Amino acid sequence: MAPPTRRGRPAVHPGAWWLWSLGLAVAATRTTNPLVLALLVAVSSYVVAARRTQDPWSRSYAAFARLALAVLAIRLVFAVVLGSPVPGTHTVLTLPEVPLPHWAQGIRIGGRVTAEGLVFALYDGLKLATLLICVGAANALANPARLLKALPGALYETGVAVVVALTFAPHLVADVRRLRAARRLRGRPDRGLHGLLQVGLPVLEGALERSVALAAAMDARGFGRTADVPPAVRRTTAALTLGGLLGVCAGTYGLLTAEGGVYGLPVLLVGLAAALVGLRLGGRRSPRTRYRPDVWGARAWLVAGSGIVAAAVLAVAAALDPAALHPGVVPLAAPALPLLPAAAVLVGLLPAFVTPAPEESA
Amino acid sequence: MIRFEDVSVRYDGAAELAVDGVDFEVPEGELTLLVGPSGVGKSTVLGAVSGLVPHFTGGTLRGRVTVAGRDTRTHKPRELADVVGTVGQDPLSHFVTDTVEDELAYGMESLGLAPAVMRRRVEETLDLLGLADLRNRPITTLSGGQQQRVAIGSVLTPHPKVLVLDEPTSALDPAAAEEVLAVLQRLVHDLGTTVLLAEHRLERVVQYADRVVLLPGPGVRPVIGAPAEVMARSPVYPPVVDLGRLAGWSPLPLTVRDARRRADALRERLADASPVHGRDPSPRAASNPGTEVPVPRRLLRRRSVPDAPQAHPATAVTSLAVRRGAVEALRQVDLTVTAGETVALMGRNGAGKSTLLSALVGLVEPARGAVRTGGVVPHRTAPRDLVRRVGLVPQEPRDLLYADTVGAECAAADRDADAAPGSCRALVTELLPGVTDDAHPRDLSEGQRLALALAVVLTARPRLLLLDEPTRGLDYAAKARLVAVLRGLAAEGHAIVLATHDVELAAELAHRVVILAEGEVVADGPAAEVVVASPSFAPQVTKVLAPQQWLTVAQVREALSS
Repeated sequence: MAPPTRRGRPAVHPGAWWLWSLGLAVAATRTTNPLVLALLVAVSSYVVAARRTQDPWSRSYAAFARLALAVLAIRLVFAVVLGSPVPGTHTVLTLPEVPLPHWAQGIRIGGRVTAEGLVFALYDGLKLATLLICVGAANALANPARLLKALPGALYETGVAVVVALTFAPHLVADVRRLRAARRLRGRPDRGLHGLLQVGLPVLEGALERSVALAAAMDARGFGRTADVPPAVRRTTAALTLGGLLGVCAGTYGLLTAEGGVYGLPVLLVGLAAALVGLRLGGRRSPRTRYRPDVWGARAWLVAGSGIVAAAVLAVAAALDPAALHPGVVPLAAPALPLLPAAAVLVGLLPAFVTPAPEESA
Repeated sequence: MIRFEDVSVRYDGAAELAVDGVDFEVPEGELTLLVGPSGVGKSTVLGAVSGLVPHFTGGTLRGRVTVAGRDTRTHKPRELADVVGTVGQDPLSHFVTDTVEDELAYGMESLGLAPAVMRRRVEETLDLLGLADLRNRPITTLSGGQQQRVAIGSVLTPHPKVLVLDEPTSALDPAAAEEVLAVLQRLVHDLGTTVLLAEHRLERVVQYADRVVLLPGPGVRPVIGAPAEVMARSPVYPPVVDLGRLAGWSPLPLTVRDARRRADALRERLADASPVHGRDPSPRAASNPGTEVPVPRRLLRRRSVPDAPQAHPATAVTSLAVRRGAVEALRQVDLTVTAGETVALMGRNGAGKSTLLSALVGLVEPARGAVRTGGVVPHRTAPRDLVRRVGLVPQEPRDLLYADTVGAECAAADRDADAAPGSCRALVTELLPGVTDDAHPRDLSEGQRLALALAVVLTARPRLLLLDEPTRGLDYAAKARLVAVLRGLAAEGHAIVLATHDVELAAELAHRVVILAEGEVVADGPAAEVVVASPSFAPQVTKVLAPQQWLTVAQVREALSS
């Protein structure tokens, strides 16, 4: 029997962690400077290493890191095989080029691989990889299921569906493992693609059965109970939500098209407000209450704030001094570390110092 | 509190009624036990209380079921959630959230209780069930008994008047089962909760019941009465009742304590006889691994195993260690099993029994130490070759079955094992008379599915047969058939290792008992010695007749008749 642990409730609102990591992710989209990107990865990894708990969901960080490496590798392979739009003079190697018919003009397979093209692909891939690692950090630091508690009541049932779907995947993986192992017991090879395909049907059947059992349990425990609300309120809710969403669509369209600049923003805002009121009213139909909701305290402000600062400073810096954050590849030049953006990224380390360390499971 | 008025249920597409003529009432604050062989509709009756039958399962319910005055016809399960708490057979499929504390609060959140009330009740329930140390633990990291207690706690927090439990102790080790039953006892006595529970392991629960509802067969009217009365004519009964019937005690004792008080005369009659451990392998074989025990071969005679490593013990494990992630699942385990020997592996949930079985069949790689099964290293042997040496029936026999008919499953098993076509089918006919080729494995009962998986594994005629928790969900009749089959196999020279929580099964079958705790072997010896020495692993007959060393009613019956 494992020793008792005293891991407490999360010290920081899970939303704060998501804002922090999304802030870092936004910062990553503003730059292709490999030094700044590497700094972002280092900052998020440090915070994850210092603050993640022993819970199962905290283990997802390694998976995200592997995915990020895979993305980087794929981006480089594409640059080598399909060539690069960047003109370059430093040829690294020349692959045999596949002759293509004239209608496939503009597509090239094989041919010259330039150092400029590779560096450009590397910067670009690194940006995507950093983005993924930042999202992974949020997953490792905050339990996605706890975010559910912060959803408005009207959206709760949709949220449950999403969370159940999210937990479906790990169960499925566990089932596949178990059933592939069971193939060995039947004297069939337990490795290879064929084995994977053969367990497909039993795995899906098992997953379906589990979902049905969970649905029965949830039903028996009062999931989906509704409170009586007057018909007038119901109708107002529907009208507000639908009208609001239409307004949001029209407003966004207006903002994005050139001639709609005048009415775009106000329509978007009114639509958004109506939809929010609709959701709030809709919450009345659900009698749910919340047990120990997470508190948004000073720490949460600091954590979220540090991410937002990084994002804001990099956005401004990218507008003022694009050259520093997008080091040139033609001609090749060693990237320099711009001081202000680097300092802003370092602000992202703040959570590692303002939040309490997770208590070790003794 | 719960009232069934002439209830019958027919599921869609079924020719027979699932239950018929169910008419009884459970008064407030009573613990009522629902018993009967497999497949008589116990789960259907339980489901009807929570409204899941027929609202969720479909089918037609005639008659009327009322719970705390609410008719389940007009109230959906979610509208009964504040009066009925239901825990199904598998607690893992019951959990919605991922930590203990959130799980306890979930039901109350759905009902919309005030946050202050929820907080208070969660704390009370944590104390009531002894879960306070586990409050922030992810549920998947808990042991089986802990999960069962969390599942009960999660339906207790809304303060239901009625608690409905389907086999709450079947998957638990004896100590964890005691824990859960103590909690139920406390709920009934202190809080006046009405409890309706179904259970196959009567030896664990029957003494707690105020009343017993017996469903003798599918669609047959239930028999209701005091536990001792119903047990006198029930087709399912625990060993202590069997002993009481044998000795002619009336009223029948339901607890070991009652039986002990009456057992003086019986002990005297048995004083000169000694338990015939007729199924012990000759001590020679146990002490000299490698000695071939001459055995008749019935199931094996169809084709003798070529190059069977006769000189080796069936399996030998030396200072084995296995790691699972960061956890050391097994440490310094030594075990030798000889041909014809039956070994029961016992121990708490999570003690490493399943891991040891997996290591014997090569599913996990040892971190240290060596495993040799039938003369080869299992995890380095190709599966096709290995099936002839060792076969494992996993905890969930369904994992072994892929095909959609019994016939196809058998054909596939013959191909997998390179056996003559029809070998598997012949075994199925022997183990499962009356199951046709076109039956779907999913439609079989728990016991039938186990027998099918056993037949599939035996098709390759492995020298060593491993079974993980084989009696989970089996009624006494199915268990008796399993015992007969396994005894036959052992007599034919198969070595058998079974991991089980069922002390009665171990007493009936095992020559040797090995007890594991935290991945280490803490006891290893002849079944009679090991179980008699341990209060939690001793079978009921042993407890009743102590200090004499009897293990099963069958032994006593034999001694009395001779």
